[in-house]
Amino acid sequence: MGKTVAQKIFDAHEVACPGAGVRVISLDRVFCHEITTPIAINDLVAIGRDRVFDPDKIKAVIDHVSPAKDSKTAEQGKTLRDWARRQRIKDFFDIGENGVCHAIFPEKGFVRPGYTIIMGDSHTCTHGAFGAFAAGVGTTDLEVGILKGVCAMREPKTIKVVLNNSLRPGVYAKDAILYIISKLTVNGATDQVIEFTGQAVSELSMEGRMTICNMAIEAGATCGICYPDMVTVDYLWPFISGDYKDKEAALADYAKFLPDADAEYTRILEIDAAGIEPVATINYKPDQVRTVRELEGTKVDQIYIGSCTNGRIEDLRVAAQVIRGKKIAPGVRAILSPATPLVYKQALKEGLIADFMEAGFCVTNPTCGACLGMSNGVLASGEVCASTTNRNFNGRMGKGGMIHLMSPATAAATAIAGHIINSELFK
Amino acid sequence: MKNFNGKILFLDRSDINTDEIIPAKYLTESQKAALKPYCLEDLILDGFDSKKDLEDKSVIITRANFGCGSSREHAPWALECNGINLVIAENFARIFRQNMFNCGMLAISLAPEVIDGLFKDFAGNEASLEVDLDAKKFTVTGSGKTATVDFTVGDFDLDLVKAGGWVSYADSRY
Repeated sequence: MGKTVAQKIFDAHEVACPGAGVRVISLDRVFCHEITTPIAINDLVAIGRDRVFDPDKIKAVIDHVSPAKDSKTAEQGKTLRDWARRQRIKDFFDIGENGVCHAIFPEKGFVRPGYTIIMGDSHTCTHGAFGAFAAGVGTTDLEVGILKGVCAMREPKTIKVVLNNSLRPGVYAKDAILYIISKLTVNGATDQVIEFTGQAVSELSMEGRMTICNMAIEAGATCGICYPDMVTVDYLWPFISGDYKDKEAALADYAKFLPDADAEYTRILEIDAAGIEPVATINYKPDQVRTVRELEGTKVDQIYIGSCTNGRIEDLRVAAQVIRGKKIAPGVRAILSPATPLVYKQALKEGLIADFMEAGFCVTNPTCGACLGMSNGVLASGEVCASTTNRNFNGRMGKGGMIHLMSPATAAATAIAGHIINSELFK
Repeated sequence: MKNFNGKILFLDRSDINTDEIIPAKYLTESQKAALKPYCLEDLILDGFDSKKDLEDKSVIITRANFGCGSSREHAPWALECNGINLVIAENFARIFRQNMFNCGMLAISLAPEVIDGLFKDFAGNEASLEVDLDAKKFTVTGSGKTATVDFTVGDFDLDLVKAGGWVSYADSRY
């Protein structure tokens, strides 16, 4: 029987089999942020193990609350900052050069096909867009990862999702993944990896693929994976050009992490991408999805464009196209958080930031803030937010608040109309 | 090993997520014990009062996909500092389940009909549970009834529980 992507990556990283169905794998990357890492750092200090397995394989960023909003978040930042300095972690991104972890780490070229990656953040599955095995973990797994460079994982089973044909104009990666989650349900992929493939996936940019893989966890998946192709190699080329004589050679090397033709899947879900239309979530679970048509007219109080799901330059371009030359509706407020400084600078250069500000958006620095209700756009009780983020859980963006997840295009159109509406009406 | 015996809190809902177990605004706490008063604060469940219903409880019995969402280990920590080291459910989100075992806590998955039986026989009245980890059985007592249930737990997961968690397990091996 052939092997899936995750099985091949596990085989290449196996350290031990500590029990039936479990493997301890070596890690190529341990990513860290200031919310889940400080308790691991403090514990390592407390048990006399204040060291790291390899400072070059650990990357750290302050992103969840940035700049610090109070003494407690300042302490978390300080703990991470002092530790990065003490452990000689040179890839540490502090205020001024920091961005949302799952946007900035790929942008810096830290992710490669076939890599194993953990982070104390559930949306670590984003990095599977590069053909890597990337899993969110808790603080204890993170602590052992930092100290030993290993992690224990159950043997990966895999679901294959095939997006046949092309997405229609005005339909985006976010619509596709929300639709897929509605089919899989919130625990339909628990303990499994999802391989995303098919024509519509190969037509996506790396940004679009990251949007898709980012939300694999919302179906319970350990990781979402896209197969490395020339789009992947083009994105990575500035970082790998010294390692390969040409792009074809890189592609040929990465092919060792493609699945075998006879790989075993627990489920194969075939979807006609051309049949997907713009969608948004309702209620408090990300698998509760309705078409934008059905939701048209739903009033909102706040629009939020940003996050590790949809705060990249492509997302800002799409949204700017909708709002350019228009004003947000009276009575709504709109927030844009470019996910990284590079995204922010590029958006400035292209005039997108001016478009958003002219329309009435508040433009914040890169941070996770509002997405999880920690800063920069927390909702009041009873308020409704049209958001490009990834979770619509009760209280997620603020106690008593309610979230409709949607694409940047739909969020932008919603800002102009003041209620949920299809972005195509504004073109 | 941690304590797994005691009074049961029944939470009759699926997909209870980690934001409900401990909202993100409390993730700025640097001491686990500080999470205690906020556990399950945002849970949507008719009649549930996190201020009263956690009192004296040691075990949670609930439905499917418990602990979905965020990777925050603050969720099991919030349970732990309320004296709850055992959650029994139809199934768990992967990261939450691993976090439980990594902390030396116990997450037991049971078939939906077994969970349903426990709800029918014991929910709504005071009930308590006693675990025999070596025999992989637990006994529930309440309302004049008793039920003994077999469960499975992976060898590795059991090793983590006995070692007191993943840090002490890994430290001596890798």
